[in-house]
Amino acid sequence: MNAPCVSVSAPLLNRGTDFPVLQRPVRGRRLVYLDNGATTQKPACVIQAEADFYSQSNANIHRGVHVLSQVATDMYDQAREGVRAFINAERVEEIVFTSGTTQAINLVAYSWGLANLSEGDEILLTGMEHHSNIVPWQLVARQTGAVIKVVPVTDRGELDMDAYRALLGPRTRLVGVVHVSNALGTVNPIGEIIALAKQAGAKVLIDGAQAVAHTPVDVQDLGCDFYVFSGHKLYGPTGTGVLYGRYDLLDAMPPWLGGGDMIHTVSFEESTYAPVPQKFEAGTPNIAGAIGLHAAIRYVQGIGLDAIAAHEQALLDYATAQVNTLPGIRIIGEAADKAGILSFVVEGIHPHDLGTILDNEGVAIRAGHHCAMPLMTHFGLPGTARASFALYNSMDDIDALVNGLRKAQQLFGTGQHA
Amino acid sequence: MMGNQDLRELYQEVIFDHNRNPRNFHPMDDADRVADGHNPLCGDLLTVFVKVKDDRVEDISFVGQGCAISTASASLMTEAVKGMPLSEVEALFNDMHLMLTETHPEGRDFGKLEVLSGVREFPVRVKCASLAWHTLHNAITQAGETAKTE
Repeated sequence: MNAPCVSVSAPLLNRGTDFPVLQRPVRGRRLVYLDNGATTQKPACVIQAEADFYSQSNANIHRGVHVLSQVATDMYDQAREGVRAFINAERVEEIVFTSGTTQAINLVAYSWGLANLSEGDEILLTGMEHHSNIVPWQLVARQTGAVIKVVPVTDRGELDMDAYRALLGPRTRLVGVVHVSNALGTVNPIGEIIALAKQAGAKVLIDGAQAVAHTPVDVQDLGCDFYVFSGHKLYGPTGTGVLYGRYDLLDAMPPWLGGGDMIHTVSFEESTYAPVPQKFEAGTPNIAGAIGLHAAIRYVQGIGLDAIAAHEQALLDYATAQVNTLPGIRIIGEAADKAGILSFVVEGIHPHDLGTILDNEGVAIRAGHHCAMPLMTHFGLPGTARASFALYNSMDDIDALVNGLRKAQQLFGTGQHA
Repeated sequence: MMGNQDLRELYQEVIFDHNRNPRNFHPMDDADRVADGHNPLCGDLLTVFVKVKDDRVEDISFVGQGCAISTASASLMTEAVKGMPLSEVEALFNDMHLMLTETHPEGRDFGKLEVLSGVREFPVRVKCASLAWHTLHNAITQAGETAKTE
């Protein structure tokens, strides 16, 4: 799916001006922000949406009879509907707001997992999962006696689909797969993965944290049972996230956290619970965050995810070609289908040192294990340097990255054999 | 504001030298004290081996993997403390901590270790420079736990 290196299409020109933080210099230089896999910057419309909510409409939801509470409740409900439309869920009740991807996965693990897993059941994960799609399952496996199995990753950074088919079995209860790998950029063939899991009678959770800002997602078309993502990697506020779950599954799942707003009636003998999604949203939620996330979704839709995907593919192709002109560079993750992430190591320079030197050039990247330690172990690396792209990045940003890498090699006295 | 000057002070030739050719970089089978250090932020892992005789560091070595700052700091440390009484190692550990994080302690001559003072301008890198020292401290005090920088 490598698109040809196309010129930047009109909707993506000068989008950087929509993002206030990109206007500030860093270390006396233009900020080149290439750490979008960690979190994206926020456009002014998102910041404004949160500020407007607090300055004009702030109240708690689902409680008050007063005007502000009604306005806040309407805005929160509209945000939920905005998320539903964004991923084309069938029903708005299938959208549960969470604090992020991590909480969404924990919710499924503890609610669905504890109720449905028993001794010897298998949870099938992959070798490229983020720690947040490993550790909750380990915790739940320990309590239930379920077993975790792992689909291996090839040297190119793709899932070994033959191994996946072989690992799917009668005891497989859940398949948990990352849509786009945060450490490699690999776009996994989740359509095929989901179809195979369904044939085997397993439920499927897709970790879409790195996907939703870069590729259109249609949960009905995919047919997955759960799809989770964070708002803050989608140009939205931190502390926001989404669990999509098929209605019949969510409806049957027990509550995870108890508290206000998730109940129907309470007595000391017994409580009854609110219907989904409120059943899973105990306590006062991140109302302003949900409204900010809604603004971010509208912003992304205004540009169009297809245009964003094409733009980022052009950036990735250019960056891959440019970085490959440097000596001693090894790109980690060479899947045929990649999205917006370039992970690499430079001979003789530790990723952490690269990060410091690039930072000195105003170029922000991530250095480390990317919360994917099993994957780093697979590649025999302590970590990598990672540049990750967003809609506001430009070819100039890639040039700044490559110039910074060249400076690092000069400083370290490596790469002279170029 | 960090500039190229600060970067040059962080990455001095001595640092590159010790990064490329770390001294006392080997395991030690007959060590009296061994401790592991781990920096979870960047994944740096190292093990420090110490042989103690008459309350002195008779021999010291390390193995592990890390960035240039952490490798060079460990290498320089092994050179600096070899032969040193344990009480002086502890005093040096405390002074190093001060030098890396706050200010140059009065009256202390760090010798070659002075090159590590450049990390003061790079707060996120302080842990890289201090990892080996925390690990040595644990080895000597026999805390018996993995030293962590956070």
